[in-house]
Amino acid sequence: MLIFRKLLQDVPAVIGLLILIFATLIAIFPELLVDNLVAANRGNILLRLQPPGVDHWFGTDDLGRDLFARVVLGTRSAIIMAVVVVLAAMVIGVPLGLVAGYFDGVVSGFIMRVTDVVLAVPQLILAIAIAQILGKGQESAMIALAATYWPFFTRTVYSEARRVRSQLFIEALEGLGASRFRIMAFHILPNVAAPVLIRATVGMGFTILTAAVLGFLGVGATPPSPDWGLAISEGRKYLPEFWWYATFPGLAILLLVLGFNLLGDGLRDLVDPKLRRSR
Amino acid sequence: MLRFIIIRLLLLIPVLLGLLLMTFVLLGLAEGDPAAAIAGDNATPEQIQRIREELGIDKPVIAQFGAYVVNVVQGDFGVSAYSNRAVGADIAQRLPATLELTFVSLLIAAVLGIGFGTLAALWRNSVFDYLVRIVSVAGLAMASFWIAIMLQLLFSMQLDLLPLRGRLPSGMEAPAVLTGSYLLDSLLTGRIDAFVQSLRHILLPALTISLGGIATIARFTRSAVVTTLQTEYTTYEEAAGFPRRRIVFPYALRNSLVTPVTQIGLLFGAFISSAVAVEAVFDWPGIGSYLVQAIFNSDFQAVLAVTLVIGAVYGLVNIAVDLAHALLDRRVAERL
Repeated sequence: MLIFRKLLQDVPAVIGLLILIFATLIAIFPELLVDNLVAANRGNILLRLQPPGVDHWFGTDDLGRDLFARVVLGTRSAIIMAVVVVLAAMVIGVPLGLVAGYFDGVVSGFIMRVTDVVLAVPQLILAIAIAQILGKGQESAMIALAATYWPFFTRTVYSEARRVRSQLFIEALEGLGASRFRIMAFHILPNVAAPVLIRATVGMGFTILTAAVLGFLGVGATPPSPDWGLAISEGRKYLPEFWWYATFPGLAILLLVLGFNLLGDGLRDLVDPKLRRSR
Repeated sequence: MLRFIIIRLLLLIPVLLGLLLMTFVLLGLAEGDPAAAIAGDNATPEQIQRIREELGIDKPVIAQFGAYVVNVVQGDFGVSAYSNRAVGADIAQRLPATLELTFVSLLIAAVLGIGFGTLAALWRNSVFDYLVRIVSVAGLAMASFWIAIMLQLLFSMQLDLLPLRGRLPSGMEAPAVLTGSYLLDSLLTGRIDAFVQSLRHILLPALTISLGGIATIARFTRSAVVTTLQTEYTTYEEAAGFPRRRIVFPYALRNSLVTPVTQIGLLFGAFISSAVAVEAVFDWPGIGSYLVQAIFNSDFQAVLAVTLVIGAVYGLVNIAVDLAHALLDRRVAERL
């Protein structure tokens, strides 16, 4: 795989990839890093708000739970949210973009007007409203994020599909009598896959940030979930004395989003050399 | 050019109408019944029904929407079901705070972003270039509310250099309202003390919001300037003995700024998003924190109005970006 070998020459992208592999590993097997998983959920009030040290690398929270264990456990919910939201948004957005890009007419016009409307305000604002309507909890946060993220895919696929549609090979396929479904699924889709893949990688990082805002504002995950955004909003009450409580979950967000962004940049450099960083 | 502005403004109307309809239907589906919320826990069904009629929410959705649009066109955003205050007045009072915050953030992001990006391109592959790259990648990965808390922790709580929250110290009289921006108003009315204080208050929230923007703009500026410096006309200018300063500032920079300017427009949306959380952290009395409150209180009218206002501001900014494009690049202007 030439393209894979090229990606491996890009040091920042490899760092991003390593971060993601590491995060996925501890999301699936948190016991690799945390000996006592029970301590993450069962507090010990005698140990509340202990500073970082040998026993508790990141200190403890207001209920005496080990913050390091909770940050590690939070990785799982962050990654699940990112993957589920982006996949759901792709499942909705990509077919709509293909249809709108390949056909002309009322349906395609309607699809694009709807994406205009959803994109007319920043994603977060609609997401908070939907999450609040659906009720607290991680599931409703995921639905809210997916329901507001799909237009980004529709836009991307639409403009790419428009570009591909006017090329000669599509005309040839139409002349040969290939069905519309066949053209869209087997000929246009592979040609728009690269930008979709990049958008998905960057989108996962973006989704983690937005999900954290939802958790922070109180419309996402609910206690006792080890959600990072929730932890920051709880830890904020104990500033400035107990600084570690709000600091470490934020660093975890930074690291994971950094992984997605670095890999996304690397992929973009492969596909679109115009923005290459080190020219 | 004028024709372009008018057409774009007209195209904005259906989008905003669609946005309003979508929010309207969405909120109509919400479980939170404003009538029940107002009436309280001990209300009888009859009392709730009476409040429903007073609010006009006993009619079908389309009729309600029609009535609402007619009111909005006349400048009436209705009354908040939660505070019983006119939503339009609340927004008029709070929007300037958010706009001031966003524009100061954009200014910081543009100045620092273009500055760092240009220097990074000029000193390509130097230590400074790598530093800018690392910081800009990290800047895009930080949760804005978290960095807001970290800045508060460092500058307000530990070093005690900057105020923790609000737009002015409590007890200080706000400057007379001319533009709604405390920075401008205090200068125009000669209140130097208020100017210094509001500058100190806006610094941390604006810096928080601008971080992601600095990163994006620096990156796009860097790659654009690098490309421009490799063109033949730059080589010619170098050969002709132009000093470096003259090549970079009037010629290369102007030709490089088209992409970063587009980014500034796109950033506006990101800035409004992060303003929602950042305003909550800094107790900034803008429409971001107002919206969050309204959503939590199931304050139907307020949510609708704020969404519409944000959509309108967002749309206007996009038009402004296209105009800025045309000013920087005559070729774009001819196509308008």
